Order: sequence, then structure tokens, then C-alpha cells
Amino acid sequence: MLELADISHRFGAVQALQDASLVVRRGTVHALLGENGAGKTTLMRVVFGLLTPQSGRVQWQGAPLRLASPSDALRAGIGMVHQHFTLVPAMTVAENVALGGRGLFNPADAANHVQQVAAKAGLVLDPHARIDTLPVGAQQRCEIVKALARDVQLLILDEPTAVLAPAEAAELLTWVRRFADVGNAVVLITHKLRDALAVADDVTVLHRGRTVLATRAADTTEAALAAAMIGERAAQPQSHSLQSVAPGSTTAAPADAAPPTRGRVLTLRNVSFSDDRGVQRVREASLAVEAGTIVGIAAVEGAGQHELLRLLAGRLAPTVGQVERPALVGFVPEDRHRDALLLDAPLFENTALRGAGARRGRMPWRALRENTAGLLTRFDVRAPGPDARARTLSGGNQQKFVLGRELAEQPQALVVENPSRGLDFKATAAVQQALRDARDAGTAVVVYSSDLDEVLLLADRVLVMHAGRLHEVAGDREAIGRVMLGGAH
Amino acid sequence: MRGSLRALAQLGLVLLAAIVMLSALLLATGHDVSGALSALVRGAFGSYYAITSATIVRMVPLGFAGLAVSLAFRAGILNIGAEGQLLMGAAAATALAVPLAGVPSLVAIPLLLVGGALAGAAWAGIAALLRLRFGVLEVISTIMLNFVALYLTGWLVRGPLQEPTKVNPQSASLPDALHLPVLLDGTRLHAGVLLMIAVAVGAWWWLAHTASGFRVRAVGMNAFAARSAGEVAVTRTVFAAFVMSGLLAGLGGAVEYTGITYALYENFSPGYGYTAIAVALLARLHPIGVLGTALLFGALEAGANAMQRDAGVPSVVVSVVEALLILLIVAADRWTGRVAARAEATT
Repeated sequence: MLELADISHRFGAVQALQDASLVVRRGTVHALLGENGAGKTTLMRVVFGLLTPQSGRVQWQGAPLRLASPSDALRAGIGMVHQHFTLVPAMTVAENVALGGRGLFNPADAANHVQQVAAKAGLVLDPHARIDTLPVGAQQRCEIVKALARDVQLLILDEPTAVLAPAEAAELLTWVRRFADVGNAVVLITHKLRDALAVADDVTVLHRGRTVLATRAADTTEAALAAAMIGERAAQPQSHSLQSVAPGSTTAAPADAAPPTRGRVLTLRNVSFSDDRGVQRVREASLAVEAGTIVGIAAVEGAGQHELLRLLAGRLAPTVGQVERPALVGFVPEDRHRDALLLDAPLFENTALRGAGARRGRMPWRALRENTAGLLTRFDVRAPGPDARARTLSGGNQQKFVLGRELAEQPQALVVENPSRGLDFKATAAVQQALRDARDAGTAVVVYSSDLDEVLLLADRVLVMHAGRLHEVAGDREAIGRVMLGGAH
Repeated sequence: MRGSLRALAQLGLVLLAAIVMLSALLLATGHDVSGALSALVRGAFGSYYAITSATIVRMVPLGFAGLAVSLAFRAGILNIGAEGQLLMGAAAATALAVPLAGVPSLVAIPLLLVGGALAGAAWAGIAALLRLRFGVLEVISTIMLNFVALYLTGWLVRGPLQEPTKVNPQSASLPDALHLPVLLDGTRLHAGVLLMIAVAVGAWWWLAHTASGFRVRAVGMNAFAARSAGEVAVTRTVFAAFVMSGLLAGLGGAVEYTGITYALYENFSPGYGYTAIAVALLARLHPIGVLGTALLFGALEAGANAMQRDAGVPSVVVSVVEALLILLIVAADRWTGRVAARAEATT
């Protein structure tokens, strides 16, 4: 159905794709695997007409295809759902779907059209709902309907399960299977090996812009895929991160850590929090975190974990209840570009950002520069030096820098949100190891990850948050997953 | 170092572009290009008197207003209201001149300047409050407040502040004792230029080397990160920077009144507060750079007057060029930003 051969493209000095190839058969789900930066998204941008490769051939249904823009791709029957949705929040589902169309806009027709497309595809979606009132899963369905409304036969999904709760993800994968079975095809860009093997017929693995493996899913194993993804130079530290993507081998809460208990560091007593609009986000939460432990928070999007973490880190004040915090609390928010870094400032100014609100008098720039240089060494941040702008670092190095900055003054507690979001294996392993090191040095760590496997991998103790309430769950992955979705425990 | 070299090169390019655009405009309007240009250069730098009494005299209000705009932009505040803040500063100084007549000048002059600065700060404070309490975009509120300040000035010089004979729409002239000292005999060069240089250096030092200056820059670069990672009180920081911006513009108005005009009248400012936006942008919002760009624009304005006088070319031609320069600078900044990003991505 779709054949890519010898696709090469370089951005400046970076060879993003090097003779990459991909063959997608009609009626199949095709998993495209690779580390961050392996070229998965670049390759799919070629297919969706967002990028014209410097060399290589694209064949679509047996004929050569030239794409100058996404509208060309859609006209040919190729649709893509990006990892970050491209919906207008203030518009309804029907309006968003109609956006790509031509001619007059009639609300009733648009709604009918959405209803028909959704019903035919077996997706539940209210055409009149405003996007900003919808949960992430429904927004994703809207993105899919947007593509289907243009009669696409090949659907590219970029990390579709990253934002979903386990049950939602399973539902989506079931839908993907059905969609492919009726004569269409789906390319699933993912780094979750379990998803890939569960649903895909074919698997292609990219590594550093090259296709290193193309096989039937039935003929391969998680271990073989993981080895292909990390390439030949897989070193020791990656064993940890392998577990995080190969959850079949994980066990909850490593018991061997046996951290010394040094008393409670962070305490919440019956804390509730309501946001500006009066919506109660956190309900009567109580929690005591001890020194030298990692408490993991598991939750689906929007369960109140965002506010809980900020209450713990002192970035929000509780509406009701008490928070007891030590003098120094480190905080690593999930969106480091927005909430943690001054991207256009040099690193030493980013170091200075921590505690800037309380600082008085002159800035000790010399000392801050030296501290930054030390921090880069200590946390293995690959950067030219303290004067490098934060923007020039890779995502992994930015995250190591932020974590290092927050840990540099040895805080008694550390609050971390989605520590490895968007990072590759190596960086993920390094960040996770830094969290364990902090725990072993006696810091009380609270970590939330939207990847349940990461929570299980890191945490000494797991708490589940659902609809603003905290639940202590003793049990396995399935039990935790049930509570995350509101089930009994 | 490389950054400042690049900025200098950009400045040269902009200057070249200004000359090219000006020549094109002169050609299009049927003027003698070389005659007009040489009148312009003579008017700006042609003589000792031109430099001290035309160019630098215009550099001073442009510099104060340019510093005001730079400071606000650094904090992420688009203060387009330097014009109005400057006018209010001048008006307040004018109002204070009456009760301060007879007070020793060593006391009275600083009081005039402080009064003007505070009035500018208060005028900016209105826009700051509107922004922070009600979410009114400061671009709009400051422009509107410019008009309010302009017409308020017009009323003041026909009403409460009009000169005693009640004939001309302007204030009484400032007693000699309250004039800013003239630095060089026989010129109009006054002590305000020294004050402006001191303020520019002070503003630079404050932004670069103090915690509160760093907070202003951090909020301007990324208010979310400043709040989340730095625990900076963003609202308070924005308010302070906005008010300080108005303070500098107001001070500029008071300096212009006590140093040059010695009276308030309706067209007190020929758009200094607007040209200041170009001054600030061309200096890349750097306070020391503002000294250079204010000099450049001061020369342009001084030259424009000479051009009108000697070559019969309307001075508004230079205003057109100034406006085109602003567009050019903004476009060039985006362009160089993109080139720099690409260069960084490839290393």
C-alpha cells in the first residue's frame, strides 16, 4: 500500500534519515519503533507531506507519490494524528472537523457528518461538545474522526497511547485493529514495545535514521526489538530503562532498597484544593512522606495529581488543610520548556532561577557560573559550558540539568512530575538513577508519571489518585490500574 | 563579545538601509538627493553647534524614553505609552514650578525632576493596574492613555497652567534659577545628558547584577518558569517594572522641560515616546545600547529639521524612514533569530 525506499534527509549537520525504508501492507497495523531522535517522526512527516526528503522514493498504491503539503496527503488518503493535538479548544468537535473543509459551513450538516463518520468507525463522540470540556481520550477520537472525515485509508498515529489510561489505551488499540481489518492500514509510532507487539502485524525499527529491523511481529520478541532500538552500543545503564519499556519484566517497589527511615519530611493533613473556577481538584488528601523513600503517584490525566504535586512543592496553597514542608523542596515540573527553564538564557542564569524570588541584593554571578559548571559535571549534562543557552541542549540534557539544579542544594524533599517525558533510553535511565541516588542520600521523593510502569519501577510505595482522592494501594499492576479508573480496591 | 559585534554590524546595516530608503523617498518625491542628504548630515554633525545643540539635545528625551521602553520590553510588557508618560512628567514639573519659585535651585530642580518622574510612574501605573487587575492589554491602554495625556496637556496649557497673560496656549516660562545647568556656554547642551548617561548605566547594572533586575528579566523571558521554578511573585514584578518604565519616561519629560523648552505647550513632544520604541528595539533593549541608538535617532531628527530648512524637504520624510526602520528591525530580528536557531541546531 505504502512503500518508502532509501529516504535520506539531513538538517544541517544532523543526518535525520539515512536510506530509511518502510513498507506498509493493506489491512495491517504497522508499528514504527525507535528511540527519541531515531527518525520516526521525521519519516512520518515525509509521508504526511510536511517534509520533502532530500532523496528517496515514496510509492502509494503502486504509483510514485509527490507530496508538497498535508492537504496533498489527505487528498491521497493519508491522515495523521500528532502527539500534541491540533484542535481549537474553544470550538466544538463538529467545527474542528469542518475546519479542513471547503465551501459554506452549516452547523447542522457538520454535526451530522461527524455523527455519521464516528458511527461508521465505531467511535463514541459528541459533535456538539467543546474541545476544552473533553477529556484527552475524546480529544484523540476527535483527531481521528477529523482524519476519517477526509476518507483516509492510511492513518498515522504518533504515540497515541502516551496520554491515555491503560483501559483507554486498550480500547484505542482494539479500534486500531478493527480499522485495519476492513482494508485500511495504520502506522503506530510508539516506544512502548508491549503495545507494538500486542496489536501490530509488522514492525519496523529505526535507529539513528536507518531502518535496522523490519519484520513480522509474530517473528520477533520484546528483547530483540529492544536490542534493535538501542543499537549495538547498548551499555549497562540501559537495563533499567529496558524494564520501563518492557513492563512484562517489572516488579513493583524494589524491596532491597531498605532505606533508613528518618522521620516524616513532607506531610499533608486533610488537604483540599479548589482552582480559580471553584472546581475541587484535591479532596481531603492526607499523606506523609518519609526521608529516603520514593513515593510514586499513579493517576490518569486530570485526577488532581497536577495540583497535588504543586501543593507538596509549595507552588500552590491549600484551600483547606495543612501542608508541612521542609525549608528546601526541589520541584521538577513535567513541562520543562514552559515551567522550568529560561530557554533563551544561559545555563548559569537558569541555575540562578532557583530561589530567585527570595534573593536579595547583588547576583553572585561568578559563584553561580562555577556552581553551574560543577552541576554539569556531577549530573553528566552534555553542554558546552555554563554560558550555553538552555535552548541548545537536547531534551535529555535539559532534564538532567533541571533535576541537577533542584538537587544541587540537597533539598530534604523533591517533587517530580513525569521525569522522563520525551526522553530517550539513556536519558531516562540517567534521570531515574538520579532519583534513586537522591532517595539513597536521604531525600524524600514524590514522583508522578503518566507511565504507570515508570511509577512501579521507581516507587517504594505507590499511591493512586482518582477524582482528587488519594488511595494507598497494596497490590499488583492490575489492582492499581483498576483504582486509577475509579474501581474498588 | 561576538554578540555586541553582531549588534554593531546590524546597526551598520540598518543605517545603510535608512540611507537607501531615504534616498528612494527623496527621488520619488522629486528632490535633489545629494543636496538633501548633505543638509541632513550637516544639520546633525556639521558643526560644533549642530552636535551639541541639535543632535545631543534630541538624544536626551529619546534616551530617557528609550530606556523606559527597553525596561518594559525586557519585563515582557509592551509599553507603547512612553509618549504619554513623558508628557505627564513634563506637566507635573510645570505644575510644581509655580510653588517652587524662590526655593534654592539645588533643592528645587531635583524636586521638579522627582515630581515629573513620579507623575510618569503614576501614569504607567494606571495601565499596569488595568493589565494586572482586569486583563486589559497594555498595548491598547498605553496608546489610549497617550491620547488622554496629549489632550490633558492641551487643556492644562489653556487652563490652570496657562501663562499669566492668557494669550498663548502654553505655560509661563520657567524661572532661570530652575533651569538645568548648561554644560557648554553658547550651546543648548544641558546637564540632562549626564543624568541620562548615569541612568542608562544604572539601569544596565541593575538589570545585569541585582536580584530584582534578574527577576524582571526572568519574568520577561518566561513568566511561567519564573513563577514555577523561581517562585517569583510575577504580578508584583510586572507591576514594578511597568511603573519604573513610566518613571524613566516621566523623568525624561521633566528633564526636557527644565533643560530645553522651559515651558509646557501642546506639541511639547514631537513623538519622542514613539521613536523611543525604535531606539529601544535597535539597541536590542540593552540600556547601554540605547545611548548609541538615541544618538543616532537624535541625529536623524536634528538632520531632518536642517533638511527642511536648507533643502526644502519636509521633515516628515524622516518620520517615514523611522517608521520603516522599526518594521525593518522587527523583521531583521525575527530573521536573525531564525538563522541563529538553525545555526545552533546544526552544531
